[in-house]
Amino acid sequence: MTHPFAADPDDESVYAGLVGVDDDASQWAFGTGFDDPLAGVDTTVPEGVDRADLAAYCLMLGDDALVLAQRLAEWCSRAPELEEDVALANVSLDLLGQARLLLARAAAADPGAVPPLPPDSPVPAEDALAYFRDAGGFRNVALAEIRNGDFAQSALRLLLFSVWRLALLEKLRESADPVLSAVAGKGVAEVAYHRDYAARWTVTLAQGTAESRRRIEAGAEAVWPHAAELFAVDPVERRMAECGVAAAPDALLADCEPVLEKVLAAADLPRPDTAGPARARGRAGSHTPELSGLLAEMQSLAREHPGGTW
Amino acid sequence: MNAEAEGAAARTRNRDERRRPGGPDRAERAAADRRRAREAAASVADPELPMLTLADLGVLGEIDADGDGGAIVCVTPTYSGCPAMGAIRADLDRALHAAGFTRVELRTVLHPPWSTDRITERGRRLLAEHGVSPPGPAPERDGPVPLSLAPRRRALHCPRCGSDAAELTSEFGSTACKALYRCTACAEPFEHMKEI
Repeated sequence: MTHPFAADPDDESVYAGLVGVDDDASQWAFGTGFDDPLAGVDTTVPEGVDRADLAAYCLMLGDDALVLAQRLAEWCSRAPELEEDVALANVSLDLLGQARLLLARAAAADPGAVPPLPPDSPVPAEDALAYFRDAGGFRNVALAEIRNGDFAQSALRLLLFSVWRLALLEKLRESADPVLSAVAGKGVAEVAYHRDYAARWTVTLAQGTAESRRRIEAGAEAVWPHAAELFAVDPVERRMAECGVAAAPDALLADCEPVLEKVLAAADLPRPDTAGPARARGRAGSHTPELSGLLAEMQSLAREHPGGTW
Repeated sequence: MNAEAEGAAARTRNRDERRRPGGPDRAERAAADRRRAREAAASVADPELPMLTLADLGVLGEIDADGDGGAIVCVTPTYSGCPAMGAIRADLDRALHAAGFTRVELRTVLHPPWSTDRITERGRRLLAEHGVSPPGPAPERDGPVPLSLAPRRRALHCPRCGSDAAELTSEFGSTACKALYRCTACAEPFEHMKEI
């Protein structure tokens, strides 16, 4: 490999040390290390568990994390303060990591769930799922896909999402699927930090200035209508709960309500209606138009270069 | 695996190998290779916290070798989305090949999840020496996680001046594993490795 920075051995450029080392490409972690996130993990589907249902369920939880990770990444370089920029990027990265494991688990459970790509495609299964499904193939809840709005609205969305997801992951630690149980066990500690972060900002903004109060109240109007969908039960979720793999969404209410109550009482904000009819049916592939815009941005590069390696 | 269990497992392996074709030569070779594989893996530096080895960080699980050029290393990822995992795997692969292994298998172990409690005493000392406040005890893993509306209180010391007067700037820092603090005694900012 030749490189302009490597030409002069006395070059003091900070880049000089990065090139020409025995032509060793492995120094680029992202060119070489992107192997199977479940390498060496026993991905046998437990007896009596339907493969297609297990894959669909993993896609639901993986898509929730993937889509919200993408929304949070939109804050990068745009948050009100550097610390919040860094915080939101960290939360996004944690969710992206969870999504990667869950999509890989879906692909391992049912290879038929992965969009077909040419046999020589270098795209790993979890990337094929992330980049080569259209909106109708995504199974995330609408709460994950709605626009960020301002910082107050984003904080409130993250609060509702992480209260719910933490309750879900806590229950999934006991899942009959050992991979799902392990992924949940890792995720609990991560999402606990996300929930505390969002809860503190909710209270801070609600009890702050007249302007921050106005914004968080407007945020509640935008976010709360998507609460009911979180606790609605899709047939796949019901079947997976019956065989011990999933946590039934309606069973999460009892865990979520006291936590939401505590935060919203401290913030003096109205509670979301968690019992009403669900507005969207994201679990069945029915989404708001906002998801299409998000996917167009997230998927365009991978689709333009389907044979690319990164 | 504790030392006793590891010893028992090694004895079983040695006994099995003596019965296998190839005889005691291969068994001895395998035992020596296992030691070598362990040393090679343990000395790899963490890419984000290069003052720590992977052994200090506590991400290495069982390490095995077959005495015939093959090695298996079990690795537990830290955070689900930690981008350093790719680099760690690549570095491990390279270190084992450099130690003479021709077939290297890296196995991901997701359960039990990694915890900062796995960081060794040496690792904690090195973190502090390099300006990173080491983690306290990890929170309980069983049962529901309690909500904490007030900033988390941690008993920690400024790694520069030793003062315990520090204020939290942010629970999130330059990497997934760190929080940001500022020492109110010497006014220097520092990083704290979050309990997980």
